[in-house]
Amino acid sequence: MTKRLPWIVTGVFVLWLISAFKPAPEPNGFKLSAFGELPVLLNGRVQPFDSVARNTLLSIHGTQTVRPAKDDVSKRVLSATEWLLEVMTKPDEANKRKIFRVETLELRNLLGAREGRLGQLAFNEFTHKQLDDLEKEARQIVDSKKESELRTGYEKDVLHLAESIHLYHRLRNSFRPEDSKRFLLQLPDHALKSTVNPGESEDFLGELKLYKQTVPLAMAVLHQGESGEDLKRNDMQLLAAFFRRYEPLSRFAYPLIVPPLHPEKSRDDWSNIGTSLTESMRSGEVHPALDYFAMMDASFRKGRSEDFNRSVAEYRQWLEAKNLGPELSKGRWEEFFNHIEPFYKSMNIYVVALLLGCAFWLNFAQTFRQTAFYLVVLAFAIHTAGLLARMILEDRPPVTNLYSSAVFVGWGAVLLGLILERIYRDGVGIVTASTIGFVTLIIAHHLAAGGDTMEMMRAVLDTNLWLATHVVIISIGYAATFLAGFLAIVYILRGVFSRSLSPETGKALGRMVYGIVCFATLFSFVGTVLGGIWADQSWGRFWGWDPKENGALLIVLMNAAILHARWGGMIRDRGLMVMALGGNIVTAWSWFGVNMLGVGLHAYGFMDKAFVWLLTFVISQIVIMGIGVIPFRHWRSLKGVGVSADTLPSVSERKGLVQPRHA
Amino acid sequence: MILNRLINSLTSLRLTVACLFGAIILVFVGTLAQVKLGLYVTQEQYFRSLFVFWTPSGSNLKIPVFPGGYLLGGVLLANLIAAHIKRFKFAWKKSGIFLTHIGLILLLIGQFLTEVFQVESLMRIEEGKVMNYSEDSRANELAIVDVSEPDTDKVVSIPQGLLAKGAEIKHAELPFAIRVKDMFRNSFPGGPMVQGSKPRISATKGAGQRLPFDEEPITAKMDDENRPAALVEIVTDEGSLGDWTVSTWLTKSYYRKYLSDNFGAQAASGILAPQQFTHDGRTYQLELRPTRYYKPYSIKLLDFTHARYKGTEIPKDFSSRIHLTDPVEKVDREVLIYMNNPLRYGGETYFQGSFEPGDTVSIFQVVRNPAWLTPYLSCILVGVGLIVQFMIHLARFIKKSGTRGRSVSSPLLAGKSQRPAMEMAGAAARTAVTEGGMNRGTTTRRRNK
Repeated sequence: MTKRLPWIVTGVFVLWLISAFKPAPEPNGFKLSAFGELPVLLNGRVQPFDSVARNTLLSIHGTQTVRPAKDDVSKRVLSATEWLLEVMTKPDEANKRKIFRVETLELRNLLGAREGRLGQLAFNEFTHKQLDDLEKEARQIVDSKKESELRTGYEKDVLHLAESIHLYHRLRNSFRPEDSKRFLLQLPDHALKSTVNPGESEDFLGELKLYKQTVPLAMAVLHQGESGEDLKRNDMQLLAAFFRRYEPLSRFAYPLIVPPLHPEKSRDDWSNIGTSLTESMRSGEVHPALDYFAMMDASFRKGRSEDFNRSVAEYRQWLEAKNLGPELSKGRWEEFFNHIEPFYKSMNIYVVALLLGCAFWLNFAQTFRQTAFYLVVLAFAIHTAGLLARMILEDRPPVTNLYSSAVFVGWGAVLLGLILERIYRDGVGIVTASTIGFVTLIIAHHLAAGGDTMEMMRAVLDTNLWLATHVVIISIGYAATFLAGFLAIVYILRGVFSRSLSPETGKALGRMVYGIVCFATLFSFVGTVLGGIWADQSWGRFWGWDPKENGALLIVLMNAAILHARWGGMIRDRGLMVMALGGNIVTAWSWFGVNMLGVGLHAYGFMDKAFVWLLTFVISQIVIMGIGVIPFRHWRSLKGVGVSADTLPSVSERKGLVQPRHA
Repeated sequence: MILNRLINSLTSLRLTVACLFGAIILVFVGTLAQVKLGLYVTQEQYFRSLFVFWTPSGSNLKIPVFPGGYLLGGVLLANLIAAHIKRFKFAWKKSGIFLTHIGLILLLIGQFLTEVFQVESLMRIEEGKVMNYSEDSRANELAIVDVSEPDTDKVVSIPQGLLAKGAEIKHAELPFAIRVKDMFRNSFPGGPMVQGSKPRISATKGAGQRLPFDEEPITAKMDDENRPAALVEIVTDEGSLGDWTVSTWLTKSYYRKYLSDNFGAQAASGILAPQQFTHDGRTYQLELRPTRYYKPYSIKLLDFTHARYKGTEIPKDFSSRIHLTDPVEKVDREVLIYMNNPLRYGGETYFQGSFEPGDTVSIFQVVRNPAWLTPYLSCILVGVGLIVQFMIHLARFIKKSGTRGRSVSSPLLAGKSQRPAMEMAGAAARTAVTEGGMNRGTTTRRRNK
């Protein structure tokens, strides 16, 4: 049984993974994922509605799903796509969802709410006065031109809420203009009676029908000046009404959802609903995609799932026929990637592996180690698959921003940790690999809250050559330095607080850390110099003492100092460990700290709130360094042995090159 | 004896480690200092210096508190070279570390040469215009241009550094002297009516008659610059010709635009007209302008493009199509300069530096750096060196599998009798280090099952 246990446990996790591949639920028969896959253009790239939904919900609400309201009888959790559809087509329902965050007492005071808890509010709960106050306050904060890093928690809270509400408004007007019913009612009677059936007058469907009839008429009037003054004036009035309605939308609607009509000319030529509708007045024809959108809107609003599914399917056929298959397929794959959540899944498995690895150190049952090892391998496989999927979706090397650097640094460290475990088989590789894997993915998860993680690269960064060499190599340098540091934590904590660190394990750890530091030196040095060469290629100077460059240099110097101190016999295993912790500090500084300085050309990885975490990490490392220099006689492991191991003369001392420290 | 000890400490690894730690502290503090002092001043004070000085507030003392970049880099270089000289004995197994260290020496020397010889300037071209000089982004010069000839101008330029208050400047080419009556290293155009508490200069001739300048504190910020203004008097043998105000406010394009936006087109056209005077039948113009570097070739900007990602303001690409003409070298061709793709010509490199709003003006960063190749070589040497060193040790460990690894020694110090020095994790695998904590023995051979 114990022999099979590792396989059984791993099998359970594999089953859990496979379960994610089953098709998404179809609430009330609506094929939501078919809609979620539809391509749109946002942030300069083609992405599915699903990504738009997830990223906006993440930035507004902080999660990727919406919990049911208290009075919601169905008690169903809304997926991001379903929420987006609701916002775009049924704003009355969406306005009841408690998605807006109020995190500070001051903001609550500003809103004039004396009672009630902090937390989530629905759009319905804001009064006009509250929204006005909020906007005024936000404008004041923006006008004060304070650097964003220096803003107080309250100011950030105000800005976040104001931006969230603005974004929410934009989303409501992204799929079709809001309030078709009211708009149609205020039009002169003659226009409506002739075209729109009573049943259609509530929807954009009816509005679109009328607009389609108006456009060519008005075109004719404009161009040829047809006879009949009455007709002319009426049509012009109608046209003016439409223009007043659509023109502001071209600046307001959020994602560009209308695909290019002539992709063979320009695949980039997407437009938002407002631009497309306004454009019709010039071209004389309404974009065919709008018919499908209007159908989807009406059928989703009225709960007619069959109509909805059919119009989505027809729209997809239309896209294929228009030679927009690649965009559709990109949307499909990205939706699938979002749905699988590979990094979230591997993060969970890393935690389980970490616990099993620690359990192994408590009783040294091989079953635990074996199980943990298989799990790390499984998590690593998913981690790798996710990384590759991102690379394919973005058509980029693995690291393009701070988020992906966290994913990749974790990946590299786990790989090195697995190799160590394969060699030494003492659980150390498992524990460090799963810890770093888990922590870096948590960091990535929090960095993702900023919005789209596959954003386009700014001009200077838009070079796959340098992203693939400098950035990847330096990230591996980070990963290796962190791995050495985490191995050192294992050495010190196990040595001081437990009896489980045998002299052999201690020495093995010493060799591991030494080898990894050598590896880290190679990669951080070459990566740093390549960065300099890139800078030489793009700005004309190899080295400019820019904070990010300095950060990378610090890692190189630290690793070099460790190696030379070791060679000179100034430190041995324990000193190596303490210095490797210093490597953790400089790497964390170089990775995140310099981004908080707000100076320099490299400050592209925007950071917020993370300073406290960085400080906590640095302090924790200093504390462990302090623990590490406690004299050996107070350690629970390595007593006696430690003394002799620590006073053996080093090679260079034996050769008389260096004065022995303990002479 | 003393010499021996000196040599010993100069070649010691302790010195290496001390310098490396010193460098860690210097780089860290130097990074933090940038927030307050800006990049340029920090570079001067921390990295391009022998010592970092501390000035207690309210005093003029300069107390050296920490070695600066030049000192630390110099000592490291000396340490490295001395260690190699003292212990040089070629052996294959040390080849990697030799390569690495040679690469490092090259890098340090190359960077020092860059610091000394690199000249950076900017070339600003409007679409359709031709340029044959670039301008320094920091240094300025007072140019006295003889514009009497229809085809050629004769220029005498005086570096800003010589324009100290009270100085009198004479030049063999000039039939008059220039007396510097006042000099502000940074200035701001004063309002015509309001006289503040700051020192102010007004002239009797030229733009300075209508536009006074107030002294401003010197700035050190990275994204800001000093805008000097000086009051100069032209003195001939027959007497004074008058006082002129010269300033980069009157010569740099964006300040000229600022002035014409703020003073109205009519007033500005008077202020911004060339300041000239006539003496002995010749006409001269006076300008305080960025120091110019003239080229034996010329560049015409044909087209500047600035692409953005659809639906965003994120820049996707900047590029400039130029026409390069060199009558001496008989060069006449079109070149496309874009991000990460500079033009290297005539010992200088042209980078797409920036642009002006409206996307019709391109600004190139022009760098002359004779040592630009050293980092490339150094990167290859160090990279290859480190890989070779690791491979040598890896190979040795695989060969010697079965013997236990001994303590780690310096690859540079390792002599013939030494045990294997560097241990790669992979190599150590084959040695007996496979125990897992308490139950060693149970796992050692598991993988061979």
